[in-house]
Amino acid sequence: MTSAEKRLGAAANFVDERLGAASWVKKSLNKVFPDHWSFMFGEICMYSFIILLLSGTFLTLWFDPSQREVVYEGVYEPLKGITMSAAYASTLDISFEIRGGLLMRQIHHWSANIFMAAIVAHLLRVFFTGAFRKPREFNWILGIILLTLGLVEGLLGYSLPDDLLSGTGLRITAAIVQAIPLVGTYLTFFLFGGAFPGVGFLPRIFTIHILLLPGIFLAVITIHVMLVWYQKHTQFPGPGRTEKNVVGHPILPVYMAKAGGFFFIVFGVTAFLSAVASINPIWLYGPYTPGQISAGSQPDWYMGWLDGLVRMAPPWETHALGHTISWNILIPALIVPGIIFTGMAFYPFIEAWITGDKREHHLLDRPRNVPNRTALGVMSITFVIISLINGGNDILATHFDLSINQIMWFSRISIFILPPIAFVVTKRLCLSLQRADRDLVLHGVETGQLVRMPSGEFVEIHQPISDEKRWILTSHEQPAALELPASDARGVRRPGAIKNKLRVRLSKANAVAIPKVSPGELKEIEHH
Amino acid sequence: MKRLSRYRRHKAAAPLLLIIALLGIGTTFNIVSAAVKQTPSALERSVLIEEGKAIFLRGCSSCHGLNLEGGAIAPSLIGVGAASVDFQVGTGRMPMADMSTQAARKEPVYSEEEVAALAAYVASLAPGPAIPTDEDLNYERDGNLAEGGVLFRNNCAMCHNFAGQGGALTQGKYAPTLMGVEPKHIYEALITGPQSMPVFSDKTLTPEEKLSVIKWIKAAEAEPNLGGATMGRVGPVTEGLLVWVLGLGLLIAVAVWLTARAR
Repeated sequence: MTSAEKRLGAAANFVDERLGAASWVKKSLNKVFPDHWSFMFGEICMYSFIILLLSGTFLTLWFDPSQREVVYEGVYEPLKGITMSAAYASTLDISFEIRGGLLMRQIHHWSANIFMAAIVAHLLRVFFTGAFRKPREFNWILGIILLTLGLVEGLLGYSLPDDLLSGTGLRITAAIVQAIPLVGTYLTFFLFGGAFPGVGFLPRIFTIHILLLPGIFLAVITIHVMLVWYQKHTQFPGPGRTEKNVVGHPILPVYMAKAGGFFFIVFGVTAFLSAVASINPIWLYGPYTPGQISAGSQPDWYMGWLDGLVRMAPPWETHALGHTISWNILIPALIVPGIIFTGMAFYPFIEAWITGDKREHHLLDRPRNVPNRTALGVMSITFVIISLINGGNDILATHFDLSINQIMWFSRISIFILPPIAFVVTKRLCLSLQRADRDLVLHGVETGQLVRMPSGEFVEIHQPISDEKRWILTSHEQPAALELPASDARGVRRPGAIKNKLRVRLSKANAVAIPKVSPGELKEIEHH
Repeated sequence: MKRLSRYRRHKAAAPLLLIIALLGIGTTFNIVSAAVKQTPSALERSVLIEEGKAIFLRGCSSCHGLNLEGGAIAPSLIGVGAASVDFQVGTGRMPMADMSTQAARKEPVYSEEEVAALAAYVASLAPGPAIPTDEDLNYERDGNLAEGGVLFRNNCAMCHNFAGQGGALTQGKYAPTLMGVEPKHIYEALITGPQSMPVFSDKTLTPEEKLSVIKWIKAAEAEPNLGGATMGRVGPVTEGLLVWVLGLGLLIAVAVWLTARAR
């Protein structure tokens, strides 16, 4: 043993004797992570969060979250001498007078956008591969909480600079709060400390944005990652991969090097974007004044779909007993998102109820093998994309020579029609892909080599697929539909007949599949 | 000569000379400056109007009527003034290429001289806003940049976007981009209110305020993109597109590379 090793050993021993960390470290270092590019989305989220913490801390050093009125005397000529809030003035100072300030602002904003995009991509990966199934339902719910927190945190973040766009966003936020029946008006007064815009809101959301929500974020992310650690990562099916093992790289050295390197790559891509591409040029927007607005005012993309829903809502209002219920805001901005997020959070349990599957799952599904779930996912994506398109209807109208009214009517109609069509089409596609898989296993790959038989017949040589591939294409299970008879063996009606009928129907739809190649059929081709 | 020089010491000689010199200078100046001023004589003016009338009858009258009275598909031009003609024809909006939504800015069909003749003809039939002169348009001298920004956000941004990039109106109509528009044409648009745009009379926006707005627009046009490339200065829609395409695209490419199996 060299002296360096000896010293290191002594240090490790010192720590171990006091913390008893050796066994935990040993176990952890042997932890294995499976490799797939889609498993990296979660890491992008985590790294973006770290970048957000770092760049955000930098910004707090100079940002003044106050609605106190000041006269701008900085270097940006077009705003000189204008009365504005201290918040906006300090954001201008960060952009123009603090060294590296503009880059930091852009890193913070681009990073927030990448953070949300990666969360959505991560969510889609988990959804389409069925990684949310038992025992990971809680972690799925934590993920939905993180997504929701991200939406709120992002909204509060781009509201802070108090430029024309952020003020417009807050005006809409205030309107949405006001739309809550009965208590809306009081809630707005409570939140804004008086009538909009008030003077209390910016300092309040600043505290929430930099302290409360990041704290909750940190706690939830920690639990989220610890649960992944504890429950182990899921893996795609393949030879040697079972429900009881994890095949991949141990954390040291390969995985650690890759993950650590990936952090710097994420930081690099974010910094690259921030260096070459402008985001939210607040100096062009000017300070917020309730009397002003810009054409094409939009929220950031992750709120854009909600904006799109509000934009397509018909102008329905009810006046009753001295109250106004603004259905045009209430439905698209509160009720529909409420249903969507609740549905998302409970989806693992809903699916388990339909399939009746109570087992643990550590092997992922290939999306085509679960046509109903995949179709539901594509249907939801279609819904959100139509909403998002309508959220940008004014930009689309000017850039593609369209009529804003036509886009709105297209969205209003297709929001009901296109998602179901997407469902059916996706389901058919999944079944076709299953059929293609079956053909591949039975007949192999076409080689393009034609052979003339002695009889004069031409045949194309098919090459059988590899064992590994055959395993992947045939190892999944195809569960049968649930059978829940309406009455028991003695002819007595079972309780919950209607519920059971629904469950059976859903389960039947869920179990539609092209029968995969059976072991018997496989044996037959091997004989060929 | 001798006879003249005899009087050179006469007491009236000096004042007389002075008077002659002053008269000479005055006359010369008057003649020269009259040539510079180029005020069109009544004759020239009527020639211009005749030219304008000829162009109008050839190119405009089929829609706007033989006497500017308008018709089923085009408004009357009585009283629209020279400014309106200069804006509509000078920016290529008129003659219209298609009637579906609104007249689009395009390469002008008529030359500057022809536009001037048309404007003179239309203005000759009824009074209306005149074309602002270069002196009226000295926005660098008479405009206030910061005030122009406030006025722009108060009066213009709701249709033309915060950076003058244009925006959507109803039924396919739009507020066009203000980038690359001549100050004269901006001013004329303000005083004549073309298409969906309201008129900003001198009571709504004083001439100095109009120049301030123009100064701000010109400054926004000249301002480099301080934060790096923008995707059209239209806000978060294109930024979101960039995040998904370039941001997440690059990261996915890296993730695929990182997790690729070693061969």
